[in-house]
Amino acid sequence: MSTDLIVCENVTLGYEGNAVVENLNFSLIEGDHLYILGENGSGKSTLIKSMLGLNPVMSGEIKWCGGLKPTQIGYLPQQTSIQKDFPALVEEIVLSGCLNRIRFRPFYGSKERSVAKSNMERLGITDLSKRCYRELSGGQQQRVLLARALCATSKVLLLDEPVTGLDPMATADLYSLIEELNKSGITVVMISHDIEAAVKYAKHILHISENIFFGTTEEYVKSGQGKMYLNVREEKELDR
Amino acid sequence: MIDKLFTYLEFPFVRYAVIVGVLIALCSSLLGVTLVLKRFSFIGDGLSHVAFGAMAVASVTGLSNNMLIVLPITLIAAVLLLRSGQNTKIKGDAAIAMISVTSLAFGYLLMNIFSASSNLSGDVCSTLFGSTSILTLRSFDVNLCIVLSVIVLIVFVVFYNRIFAVTFDENFARATGTNVSLYNLIIAVTIATIIVLAMNLVGSLLISALVIFPALSAMRIFGGFKAVTVFSAVSSVICALLGMLISILFGTPVGSTIVAMDALMFLICCMIGKIGGRG
Repeated sequence: MSTDLIVCENVTLGYEGNAVVENLNFSLIEGDHLYILGENGSGKSTLIKSMLGLNPVMSGEIKWCGGLKPTQIGYLPQQTSIQKDFPALVEEIVLSGCLNRIRFRPFYGSKERSVAKSNMERLGITDLSKRCYRELSGGQQQRVLLARALCATSKVLLLDEPVTGLDPMATADLYSLIEELNKSGITVVMISHDIEAAVKYAKHILHISENIFFGTTEEYVKSGQGKMYLNVREEKELDR
Repeated sequence: MIDKLFTYLEFPFVRYAVIVGVLIALCSSLLGVTLVLKRFSFIGDGLSHVAFGAMAVASVTGLSNNMLIVLPITLIAAVLLLRSGQNTKIKGDAAIAMISVTSLAFGYLLMNIFSASSNLSGDVCSTLFGSTSILTLRSFDVNLCIVLSVIVLIVFVVFYNRIFAVTFDENFARATGTNVSLYNLIIAVTIATIIVLAMNLVGSLLISALVIFPALSAMRIFGGFKAVTVFSAVSSVICALLGMLISILFGTPVGSTIVAMDALMFLICCMIGKIGGRG
């Protein structure tokens, strides 16, 4: 029996008093590969914030279990315009993921440096460590941010549409990298539009729309909602 | 020429000016990168206009010590501006523009109505361009400046890693438990302090140059945050020293000469960057 890491019970999410998602029930188990699907404005971003403990829920409860604290979730946010011309070395960025490890000390110690180094090795970016972030390709940049996220966590990665703006090669590359991380024992939560990838990689799927679906990928493919979205995709492909 | 320089350096007010100038140049360059990248370039401009307004109030009320009234008012304005940046009713840039023109107009109005001296446009001009005030510093101003600069330096060094994390990726920093609003507040207060200090050197119109140019120059050549920070500090100090020496020797206005040096440095760095394959 796998342990639960995050449990959402009857959660209502929203901001400024307007509920966006109601009656949300799901749980994230250790080693899971969960895809959260949904259209723009369906409440995915609000859910992310709540899972990270940044946004209080309107009702219901989100529980972090198994010794997981919300600040120990390795978060890969969407890229901001600031980052595109930020002067920073890869190693400086990866090291900044260790900030929640140093508590009240002002500087990083050798322990943090070795954590950063091993995560760079894990993602195969050691040779980029002295390169400038803004000069890297989109796929390389995502690897750097993944390494940073891994510095902040040893358990859960939360990725917010990580393949946005990547070319097909880099996209496939990133998906297989995430799959590898998942196999090595890291729980992955992926926010995505990509139903195809979801069906291919996910173990569980949470689809937020008017009807909320939560279940295994097999169940999703057989469900009405899954069929509908998968058909839309197939029709689009036939049109091409 | 060297003799002339040494003769000048024997005057205490010239030495004061050099010490203060170097310290201000050093401090103002540190947060440049953060400001440029967070699209806060104009917070310097806005705050300096607030400081101008405060200075007008101080000179009208005949306070002997400008700094004591200018610093708190500017600090409050910095905090307010930052607050309004999070609350989206009036967007950050509009809020900065609003506060800055209001205090500029208000300051000039005050000075005009309650003018204490006969040379009003001269007063205004020296506040805007800092033409002579750095050469009229008293030892109290110098000491205050040294103390504040040291505090700014210590704060920057101690919070260096946090400032980097918060500037590079606010969302990630917040998600992993960094108190982003606290560090944004620290950044704002530090900036306000620097602006008030720097008004003595270059006046309120040219402050942005002192804050932004060193960072932009450094970003032309270097790719790492630490390298950029160190280089902008060094280049800022060099430009300030050169600018002050030239202005002492040739009698040019201090503030504009320093900014001209900064602009020259930027051009040189652009060329080096082009040759080196960056920028």
